Amino acid sequence: MNTLALRHGPSRWWQNRAVRRFTRHPLALFGLVMISALTLACVAGPWLLPYDTLQIDLRARFAPPLSGSHILGTDPLGRDLAARLFVAGRVSLLVGFSAMILSVVVGTVVGVIAGYRGGWVGAALMRTVDGFLAFPSIFLVLALSAALQPSPLMIVVIIALTKWMEVARIVEAEVRSLREREFVLAGRMLGLSSAHIMFREILPNAIGPITVAASLTVARAILLEAYISFLGYGIQPPLPSWGNMLNGAQQYLASAPWMAIIPGAAITIAVTSFNFIGDGLRDALDVKGEHG
Amino acid sequence: MRGFLLNRLFQSAVLLVIVSLIGFGTLSLMPGGPTAQYGLDPGMTQADLARLKQQLGLDRPLWIQYFDWAWRLLQGDWGRSFRDGTPVLSVIGRHIFATFLLMGTSTVIAIALGTWIGIRGATHRYSFFDYLGTIGAMIALSIPTFWFGLISIYFFTLKLGWLPAGNMYTIGDASVLDYAHHLIMPSLVLSLVHVAIWSRYMRTATLDALSQEFVKTARAKGASERRVLMKHVVGNALLPMIALAGVQLPSILTGALVTETVFTWPGIGRLFLDSLSYSDYPVVMGLLIFSAIIVIMGNLIADIMIAFVDPRIRLA
Repeated sequence: MNTLALRHGPSRWWQNRAVRRFTRHPLALFGLVMISALTLACVAGPWLLPYDTLQIDLRARFAPPLSGSHILGTDPLGRDLAARLFVAGRVSLLVGFSAMILSVVVGTVVGVIAGYRGGWVGAALMRTVDGFLAFPSIFLVLALSAALQPSPLMIVVIIALTKWMEVARIVEAEVRSLREREFVLAGRMLGLSSAHIMFREILPNAIGPITVAASLTVARAILLEAYISFLGYGIQPPLPSWGNMLNGAQQYLASAPWMAIIPGAAITIAVTSFNFIGDGLRDALDVKGEHG
Repeated sequence: MRGFLLNRLFQSAVLLVIVSLIGFGTLSLMPGGPTAQYGLDPGMTQADLARLKQQLGLDRPLWIQYFDWAWRLLQGDWGRSFRDGTPVLSVIGRHIFATFLLMGTSTVIAIALGTWIGIRGATHRYSFFDYLGTIGAMIALSIPTFWFGLISIYFFTLKLGWLPAGNMYTIGDASVLDYAHHLIMPSLVLSLVHVAIWSRYMRTATLDALSQEFVKTARAKGASERRVLMKHVVGNALLPMIALAGVQLPSILTGALVTETVFTWPGIGRLFLDSLSYSDYPVVMGLLIFSAIIVIMGNLIADIMIAFVDPRIRLA
């Protein structure tokens, strides 16, 4: 099997060893299918439903799911929960994804520089990483979001600010272990710039661990957005997000439990899917995990 | 050992300085700074505000303000609450017991359950139980704590009526049993994520220990499987778990804040949110720094404990 692959090389991307291993990971595939379905529903759903997120139907207040024309029921103002759930999903998934990209970029740059330069620059950068890690993320995020005006873009920045450290640590360790290897020396002798060696020669070797960390970071970013929006310091109404849909749900827990159950289930499904995908990627890309 | 201790103490001190810099950075981001609250008073003129800023030393360069602030922090002067003028440290002190009670109970639950699930998963590897534990842990890690809290309240308070929906005690009762009754649901909710993490690590650590030579030796000497497991495997597997308890402190504190909000638990998490909504910056800042100090101290204590138990660490 292996010799065959070696002789012919991976000619098609789906014949790639990592891709084949990923597709044999049942949980990862399940996660991928779930997240695709959820994304599709959030993108297409609002067009298919006959309701708007802000449309108030006072005759249909507190309608339970599957009763009448509202599939997932309505909230205290008679707004359609399904329409709100899908639009909120766009916001939550987009915020989670953007925060992941920003924190991976920041973490990678910090990690590469700290690992390649080493010395006091590296030490200073890595101690800053430790400093940020010492804060329970929600305390820092809430304080920042109360201090700054919480626009969706600002929420992305604030979440990324408390989630970049893990990628930085992974990249720093990887780069530090490769710094003295022959291909790096060869690059230096060829007169390549430090930036070229750091980002074009060394960094590609760390793509595996970064990919795994990225998918787990999406999961954590979605969770963190949900936490702060639930507490009222994240995405601000009338723009719905899965977190802020739960914000008012506690007081209606007895009369309209679906208001709490449905958005929370959406968050759990999305986050579980990204965690499953991360787990599958870890096996497929042969990344040593934090736990077995 | 002394070298290890000094080195570790020095590292913690450096970390405290960095944490204070990040905290101070957050403080200076706040709109209007510490005088924002006074600005809301209609009787305040611009001149009054400027004089107040001068009195508080806010017209000085930032780095001087930082050293002044950090120096007072070290002396235990953390400022006064805008709400009632009480010193910040005594406000925190009033709420810390509730948080530690909640965190402590849920950590004990997480360790007990997680250790059991982890060891059983490792000794019955690839069994139904093991798969259930693995998948269950990943789902548990993905459930928002506050949502799990809401669902629990729905079932155990509203449907079954077994447990109170919130608060730490019933007014007029407040016996130990009453506290315990109120503690059950929030501590279980808070422990869910940590049971998951703990069981995953414990499974790996037990598998690691099971493959070691000393296990073979113990078996060869005729020790019963139970004795091998309890004495040789679990002892060695639990060691790295002490460090894990330290590493998990930030996430337990994050979970505690959310859990306290859902269950109206009078700890520092709720205090933090209340202070945010009152723009009570001295308390917000105090808690931000205080939470980081708990984390740093917790990790320091965990490391020292491991070094005491395991000579391999302190000599390395």
